[in-house]
Amino acid sequence: MSLAAPVHESLEEEDLPKVSGYVSARERGFRTAASRWRSAGARLDRFAGAVFILPAVLVILAFSIFPLLASLYVSLARLSFSEGGVELKFVGFDNYAKLLVGIDHVHFLGLAGPLTPVSVAVLLAGAALIAFWLYRYSRDQARSVGGFAGRIVVALGAGTLLWLVVTTVMSSGRPGTLVVTVVYVGVDVTVQYLLGLGLALLVVQHLPGRRFFRVVFLLPMMITPVGVAYLFRMLTDTSKGPLYPLWVRFGLTDVSWVTNPWGARLAVMIGDVWQWTPFIFIVLLAAIETLPHELVEAAVVDGANRWQVFWRITFPLILPASSTVVLIRLIEGFKIVDLPNVLTNGGPGTATESLTLHAYTIWRALDIGGSAAVAYMLLIVVTFVGVSYVNLFRRRVTAMA
Amino acid sequence: MRRYLANAAVLVLGAVAIAACSSGGTNTSSNQKFSGTTVRVVTFTGPQIAEPLQRRAPDFEKLTGAKVQVITVPFSDLYQKILTDFATKTNSYDAMVFDPQWMGDYVPPGYLEDLTGRVQSDSSLQWNDIAPFFRDFSATFKGKVYTIPLDGDFQMVYYRTDLLQKDGLKPPETWDDYISIAQHYQGKDLNGDGRADYGSCWAMKRSAQSYWMWLSVAASFLQSQGTKQGAFFNTNDMQPLTNNAAAAAALNIYKTLSKLGPPDQLNNDVGDSRGLFVGGRCALSLDWGDIGTLAIDTTQSKVIDKVGAVILPGSKKVLDRSTGQLTDCNPTLCPYAVNGVNHAPFAAFGGWSGAINKASSAKVKDAAFAFLSYMSAPAQSNVDVTIGKTGFNPYRTSQFSNLDVWTKAGMSSQAANNYLGAIKDSLQSPNMVLDLRIPQTAYYQQTSLDTALAQFLAGELGTQATMAQITSQWNKKTDEIGRQSQLDLYKASLSVTK
Repeated sequence: MSLAAPVHESLEEEDLPKVSGYVSARERGFRTAASRWRSAGARLDRFAGAVFILPAVLVILAFSIFPLLASLYVSLARLSFSEGGVELKFVGFDNYAKLLVGIDHVHFLGLAGPLTPVSVAVLLAGAALIAFWLYRYSRDQARSVGGFAGRIVVALGAGTLLWLVVTTVMSSGRPGTLVVTVVYVGVDVTVQYLLGLGLALLVVQHLPGRRFFRVVFLLPMMITPVGVAYLFRMLTDTSKGPLYPLWVRFGLTDVSWVTNPWGARLAVMIGDVWQWTPFIFIVLLAAIETLPHELVEAAVVDGANRWQVFWRITFPLILPASSTVVLIRLIEGFKIVDLPNVLTNGGPGTATESLTLHAYTIWRALDIGGSAAVAYMLLIVVTFVGVSYVNLFRRRVTAMA
Repeated sequence: MRRYLANAAVLVLGAVAIAACSSGGTNTSSNQKFSGTTVRVVTFTGPQIAEPLQRRAPDFEKLTGAKVQVITVPFSDLYQKILTDFATKTNSYDAMVFDPQWMGDYVPPGYLEDLTGRVQSDSSLQWNDIAPFFRDFSATFKGKVYTIPLDGDFQMVYYRTDLLQKDGLKPPETWDDYISIAQHYQGKDLNGDGRADYGSCWAMKRSAQSYWMWLSVAASFLQSQGTKQGAFFNTNDMQPLTNNAAAAAALNIYKTLSKLGPPDQLNNDVGDSRGLFVGGRCALSLDWGDIGTLAIDTTQSKVIDKVGAVILPGSKKVLDRSTGQLTDCNPTLCPYAVNGVNHAPFAAFGGWSGAINKASSAKVKDAAFAFLSYMSAPAQSNVDVTIGKTGFNPYRTSQFSNLDVWTKAGMSSQAANNYLGAIKDSLQSPNMVLDLRIPQTAYYQQTSLDTALAQFLAGELGTQATMAQITSQWNKKTDEIGRQSQLDLYKASLSVTK
């Protein structure tokens, strides 16, 4: 640990002459120097930790914290070009107000439709679930004030998101970029997880050609997202493209995926699922392959069937890996931009526009402040979802394991 | 000693020989004025526009020694890429071939080199041969020249002459005519391949170039009193002309036409609609001059000598700004009407033009000017405007008057007369609509208008909601920048020489 330790040892050897009672001027000089070294060494020792960590801190400050703070300021400002430079005019929360209550709020939050019996039922069910979850925590032995406050925040956030999704998607409203992104993330991560898990379970079986499939299943992940987007653009073109004979066969040449809002969103989601299922597949495959055989064998000897082996042994043991891979995909999923941008430029209308594409569209007209405000809203949502997920689910799963 | 002398003599001779060679080299490079200079030109991802620049760059290098590096970015990114490069003083582009509408953002901060003196003194450029409208709108800002036009842009309607002749139909005079012709041909086989084809093919994709198509429809409803009246804002108070009966009529026509085309028309850009038209799959289309030249491209056209062009259709009703209502044309309201139809040809975009970064070094600026001048000079330009894939359309007087340019390129004289006639009709119209050229034009059109139109076509917004959204966003932006300064610049932009 100590840089100064060897210096101490060497100095102690040099201290021997003082036993004879004679201390020369030269030795006094040495002694002063030694004590200086000692104190310098002790100081260095005290700061060694900070010194070692400083480069990393500086790098993080320069490349993460500074841009984050700078973009926070930009999100509170309006940029204009003047002779010889750029002017940033502070406008307070104007850019955020535009998104939440101003001229861009429908684009960002969506348009709420009138409530239907089904949407009311879903809202009530959601509210009841959240209330039950809070009630259960209040009866928990390990409850704490902090934990309860955190859960109230999560309940409020989840309730707001649920209300936005139900009133804009399930009623005859129109989802904004926030809700579209949440739908992408929810559907994509769920389907990717189920497919990835299924494929991983298949590949660990002793099936012929499993090595080949192991490689093939990974290919979509290797392709650049823009390439995948162009691929799906060709595949969804019903008037030409590689699937044209198929569309003719089924009489679908006059049907367009990309002019129907949900058709276009579905195309985006299929593309994303196709590309990112392999990521979940490879992580879960690794987790399953490292499971101890003894447990499975013991269960089989005890007469457990395949489902019981999976549900009681395999699934709980791969939960930590599952929770990690889902967290990574949740965070990545919120940043989706390539597919909707290349497939339809966010169209038809704003149907496929994600939050990142929303920020990009505004940024293209050099409304940097407005764009930074959208990016900050995305950061808030991702942080909220990520922190909630880690605190409420992942930590518990890891502790269980 | 003798050996040393001999060696010394060899060295001296060698040195003389090297000196002679290098002086010969100097003579060669003195012919090449810009030897060793590299000009970085940014423009939009080709093939159009970038193609002629890339094709002619090696020829220019042979002539002058200057190496031209063409950098391409997608159209929707071009505006901010250039502006960000200027603003951050990165200066990674020496010249830029862009939309002259953006001069409102590029000129006031002092990013562009003033070319006024250069264009007048460059005889090879033949500045006065460039049609006055393009010299003014595309090249001049507040009385000074900042760009060299390389392209001339008007939107026109293209039609299949063979089909209309066969069915005894006349080219559309009004937008109602256009719709009825499109309805007539929708779903019929127009190229004999046994597949159902389309009445009309337009580019309606979001974040592309579709908003100009809607403006082409709206123009004849919005402007009837001549060019200075303007079609975007009220010239008294800078209130947008986007929430009235004229805008509603144009939206409804736009929506109708979105259903009289290919099923994925909402996702088609100009490249798609042009490809469909020259592939013989559409009876009508709306485009700049490009379809005219693509139609004679033997490598892709199935409609050679079957294409006619006509000035943008007009309207018999126009916006009466005093009442805010659509009113039947009369001599007072529509002084330039022909047969009671108010035409308002739209100079959409203006035409790709080349400018020079003021911050580049003097030698690079000279080389950049020489390159842009070379590209615009009649020897090159008169060929490039006849090639469809260049994306360059005629903009020089000689290109309109000299039919040989077009017949040599493979157009019949009748087709050439028809094509040039449609452009000339547009160019000479006293009621020509000028495109917007004020600060933040990119926001007004590319972001706000484009998004609202895409939402309207997708059914996300109704007619009233679309108009209200565009109007409130435009007003907000105008107030942010300064209403009076925007009004002054808008009024100044309407005073062009034609």
